[in-house]
Amino acid sequence: MRFRKAKEFVIERLIYLSGFMSIVFVVLIFAFLLKEGLSMFWRVPISDFLFARNWYPISDPPQFGILPLILGSIFVTAGAGVISIPIGIGSALFIAEIAPRRTKEVLKAGIELLAAIPSVVIGFIGMVTLVPLIKNLFDLSTGLTALTGSITLAFMAMPTIVSIAEDAITAVPRQYREAAVAMGATKWQTTWRIVAYAARPGMVAAIMLGIGRVIGETMAVMMVTGNAALIPHSMLQPVRTLTATIAAEMGETVQGGEHYAALFAIGIVLFIVTFLINGVADVYLHKTKK
Amino acid sequence: MKVQLQQKIAFSVLFFCTLLVVVPVLLILVIISIKGFSAIDLGFLTEMPTSGMTAGGIFPAILGTLYLVFGAILFAVPLGVLSAIYLVEYSKDNVLSRLVRLAIVNLAGVPSVVYGLFGLGIFVLFLGFGASILSGSLTLGIMILPVIITASREALESVPRSFRIVSFSLGASKWQTIRHSVLPHALPGILTGTILGLGRAAGETAPILFTVAAFYLPRLPQSVFDQTMALPYHLYVISTQVPGIPENIRYGTALVLLLLVLLLNLAAIILRYRFRKRKKW
Repeated sequence: MRFRKAKEFVIERLIYLSGFMSIVFVVLIFAFLLKEGLSMFWRVPISDFLFARNWYPISDPPQFGILPLILGSIFVTAGAGVISIPIGIGSALFIAEIAPRRTKEVLKAGIELLAAIPSVVIGFIGMVTLVPLIKNLFDLSTGLTALTGSITLAFMAMPTIVSIAEDAITAVPRQYREAAVAMGATKWQTTWRIVAYAARPGMVAAIMLGIGRVIGETMAVMMVTGNAALIPHSMLQPVRTLTATIAAEMGETVQGGEHYAALFAIGIVLFIVTFLINGVADVYLHKTKK
Repeated sequence: MKVQLQQKIAFSVLFFCTLLVVVPVLLILVIISIKGFSAIDLGFLTEMPTSGMTAGGIFPAILGTLYLVFGAILFAVPLGVLSAIYLVEYSKDNVLSRLVRLAIVNLAGVPSVVYGLFGLGIFVLFLGFGASILSGSLTLGIMILPVIITASREALESVPRSFRIVSFSLGASKWQTIRHSVLPHALPGILTGTILGLGRAAGETAPILFTVAAFYLPRLPQSVFDQTMALPYHLYVISTQVPGIPENIRYGTALVLLLLVLLLNLAAIILRYRFRKRKKW
């Protein structure tokens, strides 16, 4: 009896401890990014780091301005958003409201599979199909462009957008639809003006989470955007994103050196941006649940 | 009549959107299968790469990925399940439990390359594990933690309240109730989450870039403190870093990785479907 009590005591402490580990990990991630990256800001003021126009980490003297990288991320993300948001919301409406039950199950499984394809495989497919296509279509010297990255990443954002928006649409109470139909609205009018309207907060959350995934995506974007750390002027130029810079350059840095700290500082920027996006998305998700 | 036409057009547009999402999945599968199938034979799966990776098999990459995934699961499943038990059975609706939930949401949203930086900072350097299977597994383990917690939580929440009440009324303690009346019914759901976590860990590249992955190793890893090759990183290397790799080796590697991940996910989907159907309460 006493043994059982002691055992339960230990197990329950373990459960509490594990429960808080998620908080511990988030704090640890931020702490270690700061530990390795903060020294960057003693050397280069934050405003110079964020807004200087040159990223020449290995020239002498090195220049650490991440504006071209930020713009690279923004170009690729904006492009991916323009493509994936309408398509994603459209197919969420189709799956939730229009597709018959069996089709719905199959489509949902298909979208889950799309979400599961590793980003390096998506990048590989983008490289062998999209890159030559874009090169020939626009008659460019290289098909590795911001546009290529946008299209590739749109496919990585869509599963997130579709599945979360679909949940939000399905969660709209039945009575709303019945009331609309009773008033003489067609199925489409009901879907668009009543159901989609009521599901707006969930859709916002879906879009935010999709965008969050695109900003953080690394391998696929590194394989198809050409990785030129220059200020982009059009979607048909090579760009380099924040994530790709870390992945591509960390291998060449000296541990504890300036370049190394600069890459961790980029990590800090990415962490804060995704933290904010996910926080806002969570607020909108809770709005739907009420 | 006009509204009917409007509806037809609108539904067609939505249907087209759905096609745009689903067809590429099939296209990716078909392209990689057709071009990669010819590369795959027993030798490709069981031999070492030869002549600067332009010939031979990809066995060390497959083995390395299995090691990494196994290590990640070993770390993440116990922690994730206990954490889900805390959230469902123990936590009260207060600031602390809201913070835990927010932390899980954010862990799920941290970019994979930032996990790589974190793993490099804490495991490789601070704890001194070096670039090793141990560092890589732990990094992947933390990354898939949200997947496992979320799935386990859903599974635990789907067990009806009455199960617990009956157990309590028979004099069982809280832990006995969880252990014997709740967990067995949540097990299929937890298993689904575990398989999804496996798939995610097997496919990720960025977190292992700086923590474990080796460009090329002439021999297999001997301990958890050794570096290893891994399938996703190998695909990255042979498709962008090394020129002159024959096409069918690249497609073959992509196909092996894709099959591994998709079969795991398909298993999870089927398991969940059957579990939901079988549930009688």
